[in-house]
Amino acid sequence: MAHEKDTDEVTGVDTTGHEWDGIKELDNPLPRWWLWVWYASIAWSIGYWILMPAWPGIHGYTKGLLHQSDRVEVSKQLTALDIKRGEGAAQLRTASLEQIEKDPKLNAYAQQVGQSVFGDNCATCHGIGGTGGKGYANLRDDVWLWGGKLEDIQYTITHGVRTGADGARMSMMPAFGRDEMLQPAQIDDLTEYVVKLSNRPADAAAVARAQPLFEAQCSACHGVEGKGMVELGAPNLTDADWLYGADRTAIRGQIFSGNGGVMPTWQGRLSPETIKALAVYIHSNAGGQ
Amino acid sequence: MPTVIDNTRPKSDARSAVSAAARAKGKGGPEGQLYKPRQPIYPKLVHGKWRAVKWALLIFTLAVYYITPWIRWHRPDGFPQQAALVDFTGRRFYFFDIQLWPQEVYIFTGLLVMAALALFLVTALFGRLWCGYACPQTVWTDLYIVVERLFEGDRNARMRLDAAPLSFDKIWRKTGKHLVWLGIAFGTGGAWIFYFHDAPNLIRTFWTGDAPITAYASCFLLTCTTYIFAGWMREQVCTYMCPWPRIQGAMLDDHSLQVTYLAYRGETRGPHKKGQSWEGRGDCIDCHQCVVVCPMGIDIRDGAQMECINCGLCVDACDEMMIKVGRPTGLIAYDSDYVVAARSKGEKAVYKPIRSRTIYYALAMSVVGGLTLWSLVTRPKADLSVIRDRNPIFVRMHDGAVRDGYTLKIGNRTFEPRTFDITFEGVPGARLSQPGQTGRTVSVVVPADQVAPLRVFVTAPPDLEGERPASVPGRFVIRSGDVRAETKTVFLSGAANPQ
Repeated sequence: MAHEKDTDEVTGVDTTGHEWDGIKELDNPLPRWWLWVWYASIAWSIGYWILMPAWPGIHGYTKGLLHQSDRVEVSKQLTALDIKRGEGAAQLRTASLEQIEKDPKLNAYAQQVGQSVFGDNCATCHGIGGTGGKGYANLRDDVWLWGGKLEDIQYTITHGVRTGADGARMSMMPAFGRDEMLQPAQIDDLTEYVVKLSNRPADAAAVARAQPLFEAQCSACHGVEGKGMVELGAPNLTDADWLYGADRTAIRGQIFSGNGGVMPTWQGRLSPETIKALAVYIHSNAGGQ
Repeated sequence: MPTVIDNTRPKSDARSAVSAAARAKGKGGPEGQLYKPRQPIYPKLVHGKWRAVKWALLIFTLAVYYITPWIRWHRPDGFPQQAALVDFTGRRFYFFDIQLWPQEVYIFTGLLVMAALALFLVTALFGRLWCGYACPQTVWTDLYIVVERLFEGDRNARMRLDAAPLSFDKIWRKTGKHLVWLGIAFGTGGAWIFYFHDAPNLIRTFWTGDAPITAYASCFLLTCTTYIFAGWMREQVCTYMCPWPRIQGAMLDDHSLQVTYLAYRGETRGPHKKGQSWEGRGDCIDCHQCVVVCPMGIDIRDGAQMECINCGLCVDACDEMMIKVGRPTGLIAYDSDYVVAARSKGEKAVYKPIRSRTIYYALAMSVVGGLTLWSLVTRPKADLSVIRDRNPIFVRMHDGAVRDGYTLKIGNRTFEPRTFDITFEGVPGARLSQPGQTGRTVSVVVPADQVAPLRVFVTAPPDLEGERPASVPGRFVIRSGDVRAETKTVFLSGAANPQ
């Protein structure tokens, strides 16, 4: 600290004795108001130590006279949020699905609820965007195995598919090959027939051979024209949508082993109003039916 | 007549003298004292041309500030009836017939840029007129000094009062002054909050305790800052806190008009007795009137300095003295360095307001002003923003058609509800769908002055798919009568059909 006293000629102010490249630092005093602000800040910080949690210790920390706790604050806010959400849930409970979809405010609320519930529960199989995948239904297009009306979707979510629970959607494609119900050659012919159904080039002789076979074995569920039956969950074989793949190998594999996926029963896991919101969310994102 | 010579005021080298004295007291030893005490300043009342301009501007600016929030303006039912209103809850800004949305804040930015350029231009032409006449710090300090004078008298009386021991007289004068100051400060804070809420409503709820907490907080904060800044800190705000004195040097040049002491005419200065000859001496009679009237506590005869706010009160004070002693006025005047230098050499020079710098500033101002005005006048009455779905980016339908999902946000800036027809252009044969509607066009009703979000699907027919590239540029168009808006986007159809 001690240095030779040096006074700047121009201003008559002492320097601090520090010098950088010939530039000296003047030892100008602070303005008094500045000092007051500084003292006030010190006083404030002492008050803060006393009132608020401030010092860490070995077995915890000082609690402060105000007993402020962010954790308590957050849980208070969460409780308040639950109460606030209760209003929305009550509205969802009483309104019909159509009413929910038509009311802009309630619809927006249902979309928010639906989106988050979908992400937590449905996205595992159907994908976060709801486009599904091989064996998992695409919920964004206009193909609905079990119907795409609001009530149909609500029913499917509530009861699930092939869970064995009461009311669950149920359909069973037989494993024609694995269970040896048909010969491999017949399965090959049927594969050509199904390819032909969806307006693609196929072996005409095989199609002709398969025609009576299809009518005998498949038309009960898929219909004589192969257009499927929503009541039975039987897919339309004439469109461009293929749950287990569109190529011959995939089609043959499906005739051979008759796959069918399982969707959980959500009743009891999700509240009825949550299922309603989910149904509205899925319905509107698929463009409605 | 006898000239009042004020010896109580320290000379211009007062600062160093005082700090030396403070040092001598030995508070901080050789390192100097801990803080710099404020030099008390007792500006004396002055009469004259510039003082009159200052009075006029003080009344005008304060009147504009206090009255503006009380002007009513007719708007349709359900909209604020206040001419100037910053509506934070409704997220709108109203100014007479102009209504701005938050995304139009660029217009406000344009105004601020123009204001900055105007400040540059005025400073380049006339020096720091803003500081001296229009700055709120100057205006309210001036008002506070008026109150101070009312209670404590003018300069000499005030100095005597401060030096006097505590007495009943001193106590009531000081208390009265501070109470009136606080009253003005409170009025100021109160006036500010009226810009943010319906004024007649707020003035009622403010006293019944029903006003929003932000109103009380803002009022309290502005009361404190006004009282402290205009009452206690005054010139210290300008000298220590304001950045403008440091920046202004960049705008000033030799041709800028500044309050200038004409040293060539005034020196050699000295007291002058009536009847004495003016031969061999300057016009400055060293009466210190320019110093005692200065609200910044400086001596203009030291030349241009950072603290000077160019307010011209020393000009008035000096002119008054020059008339009294029978010399020409204008010893201290608004003048430019260039003209003064020429005149001191006996040459003729004229003030040059048109210079490259002022041309640039004026040009920049008109360009920014023109653009701002143009964007204000031509801004659309409807807003359309389009967010396309990213997951999934497209969906293939049962017949091979491709559907993309979009979220539109349609803003209706008019004061009546409107039905907007929405079309999508760019994909031949494309159809729009929306729950309950499908076709080439779908419609939506948007309430007055609101934004409505809308999910829309665009479906491209399958027969064109072979020809359609994976990404097609397209655009959404919304129409309602003569109101129209469009936004570009893309239609994605993905890879070729896998079958």
